[in-house]
Amino acid sequence: MSASAPVLQRPPSGARAALLRQLADGWHAYRQHVMGMVGLALVVLLLVVALFAPWIAPFDPNVQDLQQRLLPPSALYWFGTDHLGRDVFSRVVFGARTTVEIVLLVTIIVAPVGLVIGTTAGYAGGLVDEVLMRITDIFLAFPGLVLALGFAAALGPGLTNATIAIALTAWPPIARLARAETLSLRKADFIAAVRLQGATPSRIVLRHILPLCIPSVIVRVTLNMAGVILTAAGLGFLGLGAQPPLSEWGAMVSSGRQFMIDSPWVVAAPGLAIAAITLAFNLAGDALRDVLDPRGDR
Amino acid sequence: MAQPLVAVRELRVGFRTKAGIVDAVRGVGFDLGREKLGIVGESGSGKSTVGRALMRLLPRSAAVRAERLAVCGTDVLTASDRTMRDIRGGRIGLIMQDPKYSLNPVVTVGEQIAEVFRLHRPEYAGKRAAREATLSILEQVKIRDPERVASLYPHQVSGGMGQRVMIASVLAGGPDVLIADEPTSALDVTVRLEVLALLDELVASRGLGLIFISHDLNLVRKFCDRVLIMYAGRVVEALAARDLGNATHPYTRGLLASMPHIHEPRDPLPTLVRDPAWREPA
Amino acid sequence: MIAVEDLVVRFDRRGAPAVGGVSFAIAPGSTFGLVGESGCGKSTVLRAIAGLIPGHGGRVLIDGKPVPERRDKPFFSRVQMVFQDPYGSLHPRQTIAAQLAEPLRNLGLDRSPGRVADALVAVGLDPAFQWRFPHELSGGQRQRVAIARALIVEPQVLLLDEPTSALDVSVQAEILNLLTALRRERGLTYLLVSHDLAVVSHMCSRLAVMQRGHIVEELEVEALRARRVTHPYTAELLAASEAYG
Repeated sequence: MSASAPVLQRPPSGARAALLRQLADGWHAYRQHVMGMVGLALVVLLLVVALFAPWIAPFDPNVQDLQQRLLPPSALYWFGTDHLGRDVFSRVVFGARTTVEIVLLVTIIVAPVGLVIGTTAGYAGGLVDEVLMRITDIFLAFPGLVLALGFAAALGPGLTNATIAIALTAWPPIARLARAETLSLRKADFIAAVRLQGATPSRIVLRHILPLCIPSVIVRVTLNMAGVILTAAGLGFLGLGAQPPLSEWGAMVSSGRQFMIDSPWVVAAPGLAIAAITLAFNLAGDALRDVLDPRGDR
Repeated sequence: MAQPLVAVRELRVGFRTKAGIVDAVRGVGFDLGREKLGIVGESGSGKSTVGRALMRLLPRSAAVRAERLAVCGTDVLTASDRTMRDIRGGRIGLIMQDPKYSLNPVVTVGEQIAEVFRLHRPEYAGKRAAREATLSILEQVKIRDPERVASLYPHQVSGGMGQRVMIASVLAGGPDVLIADEPTSALDVTVRLEVLALLDELVASRGLGLIFISHDLNLVRKFCDRVLIMYAGRVVEALAARDLGNATHPYTRGLLASMPHIHEPRDPLPTLVRDPAWREPA
Repeated sequence: MIAVEDLVVRFDRRGAPAVGGVSFAIAPGSTFGLVGESGCGKSTVLRAIAGLIPGHGGRVLIDGKPVPERRDKPFFSRVQMVFQDPYGSLHPRQTIAAQLAEPLRNLGLDRSPGRVADALVAVGLDPAFQWRFPHELSGGQRQRVAIARALIVEPQVLLLDEPTSALDVSVQAEILNLLTALRRERGLTYLLVSHDLAVVSHMCSRLAVMQRGHIVEELEVEALRARRVTHPYTAELLAASEAYG
C-alpha cells in the first residue's frame, strides 16, 4: 500500500532538471543489480579497449613474424602468437573495435526501423498493420544466420555487408515488440486525451507512443546484442564477415582452429572474449529489463 | 466475552522501500467476537494491511510486529508455515474486491470450491462428497442453478455471481472469521444490496466474526455492528456503528460531512482539513 | 448548448447495440447527469460524442449545428473531456508542463509559458507542479492536472467520465467543489457520467437514467430528491442508493 504523494527532496524546476532526475532515479535502480553492474563494467571495458586499442596493444596486430609463430603465452606475448606470428593479445584488442563497430551499426539500424514499423502498424491497424506485419513475418520466417548468409553472399563478403545483413534479420522481433506495446497503449486514456487535443496520428505515434516503447526496445536490443555478436562471429568464422587481415574474433577462431590442439591459446583468447561480451550484454539486458520495463514491479 | 476470535494489540507494519521504511500500520489494537466489525479509512490508511497481517499474507518487504496477533487462539506471528496454511482458509477466510483476480481463471468454479473442501474438511475428502458439498454451498449462497454455475469458468460469471462464488469458496473451508476487503466496491448498487444481504445472513446463521474493510462510511455504518476509523496507520476512533452520527473525532466527522447526499443538497461540500495532530496517538 | 439526437453505437454488427438511440439536450451553463450501472452504455455515449468511437449513428449538435463525423480542431477547442482514472489519463513519462502545452500546440493556441502556470493555479495547484511527473502526484492532484489540461484550451463543454469514482471521498468533495466553482466562473456546460446517484444529484440540474443502452427516464434533480420518479428502474436505483448511502 502506498502512502500519499512521495516527498521530493529536491524540488524540481525546469524540463532539464526533471529529465536529469528521471535518469538519476534509473541509475540508482540499476546500481542495485550486482550482475547488471558486472555486465555494464564489461561493456564499458569493451568500449574503452576499442577506443584506445592502438595505445593498449603492445604490437601491431597485422605484422607477421614467422620466426615467432604459435608461441605460448609469455611475458612478452600475453596471449601467445598465432600461426603467422601475430600477437594474439593485440589482435583481441583490435578485434574489440570490430565488435563495437558491429554493435553500433546494428543498433543504429535496428532500433529505429523496428520502432517506427512496429508503432505505426500497431497504431494504424487495419490494412497498414496487415501489410507491415506480413513483411515482418517474412523476415522472421528465415533463421537469422541463414538469411545473413544469403545477404552476405549476395552483397559480397566484408564486415559492413555482414553487419547490414545481421541488421536486416534483427529488426523484425523489435517491430513485433513495439507493435504489441502499441496495441496496449493505444487504448489508454492518455492517448484518448491527446486525440481530443487535436494531435495528428503521426504526432501521437512519434511523440506519445514511441517514447514509451523505447525502454523495452532498449532491453530487447541489448539482449539481442549477444546473438548479434555471435552471428557476426559465425559469419566471420565462415569467411563471410571481416576479411583478413582485419582482426575479428570469429575469424580469429576460424583461422586458429587447425592449430587448436597444440596451441589452444590461439582459439581460447578470442573465444573467451566472445563469451565474456555475450554474457555481459545478457547481464546488462536483464538488469535493464528490471529497471525499465513498465510491467515490472515498481 | 470468552476468548475473542481475533485479538490484535499494538500491531505495527512497516514496508521497506527505496525511500526507507514506510510505516503503514502504527499501533492498531482490537478484539473481534462473533460480530460484524467495520474498518474504514481512505487509501493509504493501512486498513487492508491489517487484514493481510492477520492472514500473514504480506509481502516479504513488510516487517510485522505486535504485542499480540492471534486468530482463534493461535499466535500468527510465531505459527509455522504449515499451521498458517491450515488457518488460512480453515479458520479465517478472505473475500477480496474482484473475484476475477482471486479465482483461478483456468479451473471451473465448482472444482475450485471442491478443492477447498478437500483441503480443509477431512469429512469431504471423497470426490463425490466434495462435489455434493460444493453444490450445497452454492445453493446456500443463493445461486439458483448450482449444477450449471459449478461448471462455469470464472470469466463466465457476472460480477455479483462471481462474488457469491467467492463467498461460497471461502465458506467451504468452514472458517470462524471472515475478512472482507472491499467486497462490494466493484459491484453495481443494486447487486451490492443482494450480496450484502447474503453476507449478513451467512454471518448470522453460522455465527461468524466478520472484519469488513471498506472506504465507504455509509455502507459500514448501516451494515456493521462496530466501526474502527483508521487514519495514517492508526485507529483514530472506535464506536458502535449506530453512534457514528455522534462521532467525536474531527476526521470521522469530516469524512461524513464530505459525502454528497441525494436528499440534502449542500454547496459547496465541506472539505476535510487534515490536522497533523491526527497522526499522533490521542 | 450541446445536444445528442438518436445516438446509436454498435460494437458488434449482429448483437444488440451498446447504445440504442439516445437523445438529450443540455442547456448552456448547466450540468446534465447520465446515470446507470456498469455496462449500460453511459460512458460509450460520452466517448461517441467526443469522437473516440468511430462510426456512430445519429447526430451530435453544438449550438444547433451538427458536428463533423471526424471531429475537427474547432470541435476540440470547444469540447474537452476528463477521464475516470487519473492514473491512466496522464502520460506516464511526460512532465505536467509538456502535457499541458500539448493541446495548445496542437490546436494552434498561444503557448506563452505563463499559460501553463495559470492553468495549474486555476485548479488549485502550485505552478511548480509543472516540472513533476504524474507518478509524483497523488490521485487528487492528478485529477486536478487532468482538469487543467482540459480547460487550458478554454472549451465551453466539458465531458466528465466518472471524474471522482477513483478517488477517496474527502478528495472527491474537493474535486466536485472545484468543478462547480469552475463552471460558475467560466459559464461551462458539463455532461457528467456517473454510477453514483449522490454525486449526480449534487452536481446536476437534470439527469437521465440509462439501462441497457437506452435512456429510461429523464428528470429534474428536484423530482429525484422528492422521489417523484416514474420508471421502475429509476426507483430501484434510488432505493438501492438510499439503502446504503
